[in-house]
Amino acid sequence: MFGAGGGTCSYQEVEETDVIFLWGSNAREAHPIFFHHVLKGLDNGARMFCVDPRYTSSAQFSDVWVGIDVGTDIALANGIGREIIHAGLANQEFIAHSTQGFEAYAASVEPFTPDAVAAICGIPAEVVVEMAHAYATADKAQILWTLGITEHHNAVDNVLSLCNLALLTGHVGRWGSGLVPLRGQNNVQGGGDMGAIPNKFPGFAGVDDPYHRARFEAVYGRSLNPVPGWHLTLMFEAMERGELRALYVIGENPADSEADVLHARAQMESLDILVVQDILMTRTAEMADVVLPASVAWAESNGTVTSSERRVQRVRPAVSPPGLARHDIDILCDMAEAMGDELGPRDPEAAWDELRSLSAMHGGMAWERLEAAGGLQWPCPDEDHPGSAFLHGWLWADDLEGREPAPFSVLEHEGPTEELSEEFPLRLTTGRALDSYNTGVQSGNYDSPLRFAGLDLNSQDAAGLGIADGDRVRVCSPRGSVEMNARVVSSLPRGLAFTTLHYPELIDVNVLTNPDWDPKSGTAEFKAAAVRVELVDAPETAGAPVG
Amino acid sequence: MPPRLRGHPLADLHFGDDQPTEAEQAAIDAIVPQADAATVVETERIVRGGGRRRHGLRHLLLPVLHSLQHEIGWISPGGLNGAAERLGVPPAEAYGVATFYELLLTTDPGHRDDVVHVCVDPACALADNDGLRASLEASGARVHDSPCLGQCERAPALFVQGVGRPDQVPADDEEDFHLPQAGDPGLRVLRRVGVVDPTSLDSYRQHGGYEALTATIEIGPDAVITAISDSGLSGRGGAAFPTGIKWRAVADELGPDKHVVANCDESEPGTFKDRIVCEHDPFAVIESMTIAGLATGSPHGWIYIRGEYPRATARLESAIAQARAAGLLGDDVAGSGQRFDIELRRGAGAYICGEETALFNSIEGFRGEPRNKPPFPTTHGLFSQPTAINNPETLINVLDVVVDGPDAYRSVGTERSPGTRLFCLSGRVAVPGLYEVPFGTTLGELLDLAGGPTGQLAAVLLGGAAGVFVGPEALHMPLTLEDTREAGATLGSGVVTVFDDTVDMEAVVVRIAEFFRDESCGQCVPCRVGTQRQHEVLVELQGSGQPLAPQRAELIDDMALAMVDASICGLGHTAASAVRSALALGLIGNVQ
Repeated sequence: MFGAGGGTCSYQEVEETDVIFLWGSNAREAHPIFFHHVLKGLDNGARMFCVDPRYTSSAQFSDVWVGIDVGTDIALANGIGREIIHAGLANQEFIAHSTQGFEAYAASVEPFTPDAVAAICGIPAEVVVEMAHAYATADKAQILWTLGITEHHNAVDNVLSLCNLALLTGHVGRWGSGLVPLRGQNNVQGGGDMGAIPNKFPGFAGVDDPYHRARFEAVYGRSLNPVPGWHLTLMFEAMERGELRALYVIGENPADSEADVLHARAQMESLDILVVQDILMTRTAEMADVVLPASVAWAESNGTVTSSERRVQRVRPAVSPPGLARHDIDILCDMAEAMGDELGPRDPEAAWDELRSLSAMHGGMAWERLEAAGGLQWPCPDEDHPGSAFLHGWLWADDLEGREPAPFSVLEHEGPTEELSEEFPLRLTTGRALDSYNTGVQSGNYDSPLRFAGLDLNSQDAAGLGIADGDRVRVCSPRGSVEMNARVVSSLPRGLAFTTLHYPELIDVNVLTNPDWDPKSGTAEFKAAAVRVELVDAPETAGAPVG
Repeated sequence: MPPRLRGHPLADLHFGDDQPTEAEQAAIDAIVPQADAATVVETERIVRGGGRRRHGLRHLLLPVLHSLQHEIGWISPGGLNGAAERLGVPPAEAYGVATFYELLLTTDPGHRDDVVHVCVDPACALADNDGLRASLEASGARVHDSPCLGQCERAPALFVQGVGRPDQVPADDEEDFHLPQAGDPGLRVLRRVGVVDPTSLDSYRQHGGYEALTATIEIGPDAVITAISDSGLSGRGGAAFPTGIKWRAVADELGPDKHVVANCDESEPGTFKDRIVCEHDPFAVIESMTIAGLATGSPHGWIYIRGEYPRATARLESAIAQARAAGLLGDDVAGSGQRFDIELRRGAGAYICGEETALFNSIEGFRGEPRNKPPFPTTHGLFSQPTAINNPETLINVLDVVVDGPDAYRSVGTERSPGTRLFCLSGRVAVPGLYEVPFGTTLGELLDLAGGPTGQLAAVLLGGAAGVFVGPEALHMPLTLEDTREAGATLGSGVVTVFDDTVDMEAVVVRIAEFFRDESCGQCVPCRVGTQRQHEVLVELQGSGQPLAPQRAELIDDMALAMVDASICGLGHTAASAVRSALALGLIGNVQ
């Protein structure tokens, strides 16, 4: 987003904002701690529009649930943008001073009249107008999103369509306004910041940038590969081509989590060697040639984590790792040593200081400061810097701090790649539930009264298919079929079915999902597959509580 | 920033399986139609809901519960679910509210008959309420014992809670109303009572009505408040807070959402003045509230009236409607360019709701539990917004202050207690009823005005259950704020209940203790436990023929101290005062 991979706001800002667009996010369940900040904002009087194909538990907190059809986000965003422009509510001064490409953007959204958007998204035209006016006339407004935006084949375009709205109104770069992608793990931000991205060094320095590469080479004492690496989706393509023969998986469970998972498993089976380093015996680990048990980052390790608001915080061990489990840093350094190399300091503070010498945005975050302040938000370039509550304040600086104005993006509405057909007439979307975590590796061992492993169906769709609540059904997509129990719910519009991904051992959902992926982000279109649902002849007992 | 919203979020709720019946649904619809529900499904893909909408509905909870109780005869689990869902209120909170009030039932009474409430408080106990109850029960009526019903001048009192039929006070129909002091030129607050036609705005105007509002618009808010401050008018509910200071504080708060509340929830045993004023001069209440609204810059007016006052409620509602039709309420009050309108809310049988912050909670749809003060209502009142809350007697005094000026107002009464005061005389007195005398009139003179005691005077309860007993030696005491305070007494809400030497004072005092035990909201431990233990001590004493043991006397004193120290509202502060004064006077506990 305008050149840095982080949410622009602090958590506290959503408590003080006036209008919230919660877009493609069931934060109530998937980000329950962050949602407490949202709840405070609502208590303080914020209005919330929840854009989601499902009437989620988050939507139940919103002033207006806007149940657009799956994959029509860009149409809605463009329609809101058009209405803001036509109603004269665009922030002309901000656009002129801080942005570029407005004319092309304005022209590109022109076809997205409220009526046209209504037809594409399946919502009343008035709601498009209402959202536009609410957002544009608010003093402070935030757009929050999650995987409903990014698990599409055009994920980056979806994100950019939301960024356009912030540029149109100036709702970015100031306290209380901003663009907030919610992270799914406590340290996913930190992973990216530390360079766990195929084309970036720590601090988002491009590996193909000779200047940055030279800095890192000087400190690491060796030459570095200038060619950006593969992300996960590209790796699977490389496996398919036979180019990638060895895989070292750290804390990831692709054998359950990849879209079109049967295909992914077949690729991994074909590898020469698969090494898995994890805290639990995942399905991927079960397939591995070597499994390296690792310590838990949270209670057993020493170091830092970085939250969605870019706050670097210290973590300290409370207990020792059990059995043969070892710290990731020790495993990695030993592995390097075994191969005859040195990876540098093993001590977390020394490793952190090395990072600070290379990543400017972490430069001021001395270990003692992190301790004393209870965490600091990047960018924090020097030790007198208090850290940054929000990003992109430069957009409001007279000289833009010497940067290029932020660009508008011209975006076309495409819709999901997999169109509905007579054979596959229902849209299947996937998501998360409050009491489970991703593929269930860490949460499946605990009982919960909330769990339901199965397919949610609209009551009219179910009736049309002769399916009753609790019936056993077979869900078929062009890639495969999975049996599960059906639950008839009121939270889905007609034509939409929903299931979670938390119980791959019971329901192999990713057998069904669409692997088409966004070349800009590498993310597959988990949110939109075309399926057919059939009643299985011999029904099992109703409901399928997991436990 | 808007005020912080209250209550728990809707979305995590789980409702039970009980559904409202058609009749229950209709009772809910009558107050909140489906289109205004907390959550409205507009289309398959648009749902409107959220906290603002829900919070905007919460204040309708008590009216919805009233509607269910009235139409069905109780609030069933299905009805409660229906109400909670319509309003977006957590069912547990709705249940908490429903169970708070005496007039709302959450268990099936097993019949759908009207319920006859018989008052059991002192004035009615002296008027053979037991005999009345026995004859009602013999006739097959559903009888329910009730705390004071506010009809002490015509004891024993009845209130008929209708099921599917309007609530009724039988005495209202039989009454040929007559003010004991009718025609007395010294009357101020009661000048129009019994004279004016309380159902006619024209009649009210013919008797000087709305002159004060005209004057208010002429001289402006600042001058009105200054006049009230100069008049020395103070609150007539018991606390005697200077009205001018209260109004000034609200006027100084920034708007736009400020409130004027008329506290017509008089429930202090022995008090009936506001009932008579609201029944017989309702326009004066409306006009004086309107003046308060304009003077303090508050567009929102609320009347909170006892649920046991059906006639006063009807007359106030009619007066509001007539005033609104005449442009005296609404967006442009009498051409002033200012907005003021009034909503009326009925209580449902809870003494504590007369406490101002409990009253706010009750209107807002929460349990009527008092709030901590500070913050005070002038900054954080109804809906946590600036609020001027006064009772009708205080409000009506404003009319004379505005029209005649503060000097004329001060021409009667004393320097520190200017003006007149209403007193509710009941018990063993020749002519019970509502009296208005200048501050400074002695207790003896007041009793003489009412024809004197009917027997050998034993004691007078001043200020009601929360007040104190005084003996015959107090007859010379001038009834002013300063003199009563000096004597360790109080005027309270103007209750004067007279007891002669034939009265079983033990029974009276035990009943007072029982009253506080019943009416404590239970929020503060000292009050919840203290009122219970106090009652137990007195029950133990009753009929024992023994003097009160020193340890028991000490226990009562200790609990009184704890309640005064550590309760947040006046109920706990005063729950022991009448009991202790009865002990001190030797009315009980002191065997001769």
